[in-house]
Amino acid sequence: MFKLQFVILIFTFLLGTSLRAKTIEVCATCEVKSIKDGIVLASDHDTLLIKKGTYKEFNIVIDKPLTLLGEEFPVIDGEDKGEIITIISDNVTVDGLFIINVGTSYITDFAAIRVVKSKNFLIQNVVLEKLFFGIYLEKSQDGRIFHNKIIGDAVEEFNSGNGIQLWYCQNIEVEQNIVQHVRDGIYLEFSDDVIIKNNTSSNNVRYGLHFMFSNNDIYEGNTFENNGAGVAVMFSKKIKMLNNSFKKNWGTASFGLLLKEINDAEISGNSFEENTIGMNIEGSNRITYANNEFIRNGWAIKVRGACYTNSFVNNNFLYNSFDISYNSKLNDNVFQKNYWSDYTGYDLDKDGIGDVPYRPVKLFSYIVNRTPETIILLRSLFMDIIDFSEKVSPVFTPDNLLDTMPLMRKSE
Amino acid sequence: MPLRLYQSRRQMLKILKYSFYDLMRSRWSYVYFLFYLALGFVLLFLNNDLSKAVITLMNVIIVLVPLISTIFGVMYFYNSKEFTELLLAQPLKRTSIFLGQYLGVAGSLTMSLVLGLGLPFVLYGLFKSDAIWDFSLLLITGAFLTLIFTALAFNIAISNENKIKGFGYAVLLWLFLAVIYDGLFLLSLIVFEEYPLDSFSLAATMFNPIDLSRTLILLKLDISALLGYTGAIFKSFFGTNLGLMISISMLVLWTILPIWRLAYKSKRKDF
Repeated sequence: MFKLQFVILIFTFLLGTSLRAKTIEVCATCEVKSIKDGIVLASDHDTLLIKKGTYKEFNIVIDKPLTLLGEEFPVIDGEDKGEIITIISDNVTVDGLFIINVGTSYITDFAAIRVVKSKNFLIQNVVLEKLFFGIYLEKSQDGRIFHNKIIGDAVEEFNSGNGIQLWYCQNIEVEQNIVQHVRDGIYLEFSDDVIIKNNTSSNNVRYGLHFMFSNNDIYEGNTFENNGAGVAVMFSKKIKMLNNSFKKNWGTASFGLLLKEINDAEISGNSFEENTIGMNIEGSNRITYANNEFIRNGWAIKVRGACYTNSFVNNNFLYNSFDISYNSKLNDNVFQKNYWSDYTGYDLDKDGIGDVPYRPVKLFSYIVNRTPETIILLRSLFMDIIDFSEKVSPVFTPDNLLDTMPLMRKSE
Repeated sequence: MPLRLYQSRRQMLKILKYSFYDLMRSRWSYVYFLFYLALGFVLLFLNNDLSKAVITLMNVIIVLVPLISTIFGVMYFYNSKEFTELLLAQPLKRTSIFLGQYLGVAGSLTMSLVLGLGLPFVLYGLFKSDAIWDFSLLLITGAFLTLIFTALAFNIAISNENKIKGFGYAVLLWLFLAVIYDGLFLLSLIVFEEYPLDSFSLAATMFNPIDLSRTLILLKLDISALLGYTGAIFKSFFGTNLGLMISISMLVLWTILPIWRLAYKSKRKDF
């Protein structure tokens, strides 16, 4: 026992002298009064302990591997002058800061924290308010954005920035963040192998999450609520969207999830609740939609065209005004073993699967697709009658678009 | 108030009262009342959510209320024909006879509707819910539809001696306004889809009381975001106070015109 302690003592001693990692305290009454001075004084792998207080600084450049640790959320006030923290070194940690008043510019994308071409960074427990861009990652790798809170005050799209933006990044984890009232809550462009997990993105001016040209990403367990238009995933491959919740994206041009040119994705376990359009799919192929719930949406799924070899299995469609809308007579997608709350068939052999196939596309939804003005006849008796006659003998809707094995009970 | 006018109003009230109690005695009002009462309770029992129940109720109101009012109006007019002829032999003003009867029927139907639907909703906590405005609008349009379709039914009945013909026309009228009109509307929307159709569809909705009621209620419910661009135009029209005033006055016009024709016809008809 004594020996072990001795060894540890020696070891720490050696380690301490070899790395010389020390802690520099920053506060109004300390030797070091500003964060910038602290960074100049610090050597590699030091910790800057920033004590409670207000620091009016901007353009803080972290150019060596440091840890910025805030004690009781010190405030860094940029006074709307520009970017606040820029990280250009590997192995940087930023923890526990409260950053406000990022400058707004129409030429440069000022961010509260920007990471440029760096690796192994960690940004956690940071609170951002009154910002333009929040956390902006640029050509960086192997980082983690964890448990931050970003609350903007965006009103218009053109003069606001995104909460968390990833541009040409690889292998990043974005976890447990809360993003509100910015333009796009989380924005990814050309970023691969990113995991976005358990975030809450709500009340944003445009999208809760916006994905462009990013492949092999996973997002799961996130909540997207009451955003301007919902979540948009475009031009990406091999994305997994699991167990997210899309809620209350309600407005004339809103949707829960928009897919455009998405191939080979997996979408399962998500819930879409009270969106004008639950899911809007365009040019997306070879996607598996399983175990999702569509509850009380205007349109549960709107298929715009050029969508082939998709399969919809084990989903629950509950009380949507329209379950599925199609704009062509061609169908190459498979619907099987879903539960449809509008299903009126029977199950004589009691195996839980309805004996009569269900046709999810109503004639009315076909007509509305052709002539949008006709939506004004929603819920009129005439529409119910022609929907019924189309159900009995389909003429206009794709006749092979049917769920041959509709479930009698909600799938769990 | 001039004596004659006062007298004729008293006569009308008397006949109104008579028709009203006559209907009460005949139990049809109770049946109608109990039907709505049961409907209200069942709906609320099944989904317990006031605003959802309002939507389901809308479907019922815009279909059933006109149908029942039409059939009931025609039936009552033909049934009480002998009594009407008896009244005509008395020194009574013709308008007060017919208007009294009309108001008696329409009044008792409206009362059954409002009480029958109102009671369950009030018991389930309507006053504490935000659905109260939607619900009041629902009842107001329901009441208007009753007044309108009873008046139309009386018009049909007074113009047709033949009962079968009268019933036929009444059912046809309901069928036209509830179903065929929408069909024609839809057709014209599809045929002329190349043209801007917003003002047309606004006007077309205005000219059918059933469509007007449906649109009014739909736009009040949050379902309106579904309507997309067309909905936005409708909302900017019906959503404003001016739009609401115009649509209510349209409903009033729909009520007054048939009543006026009824009064006009009744003065000239040879019995």
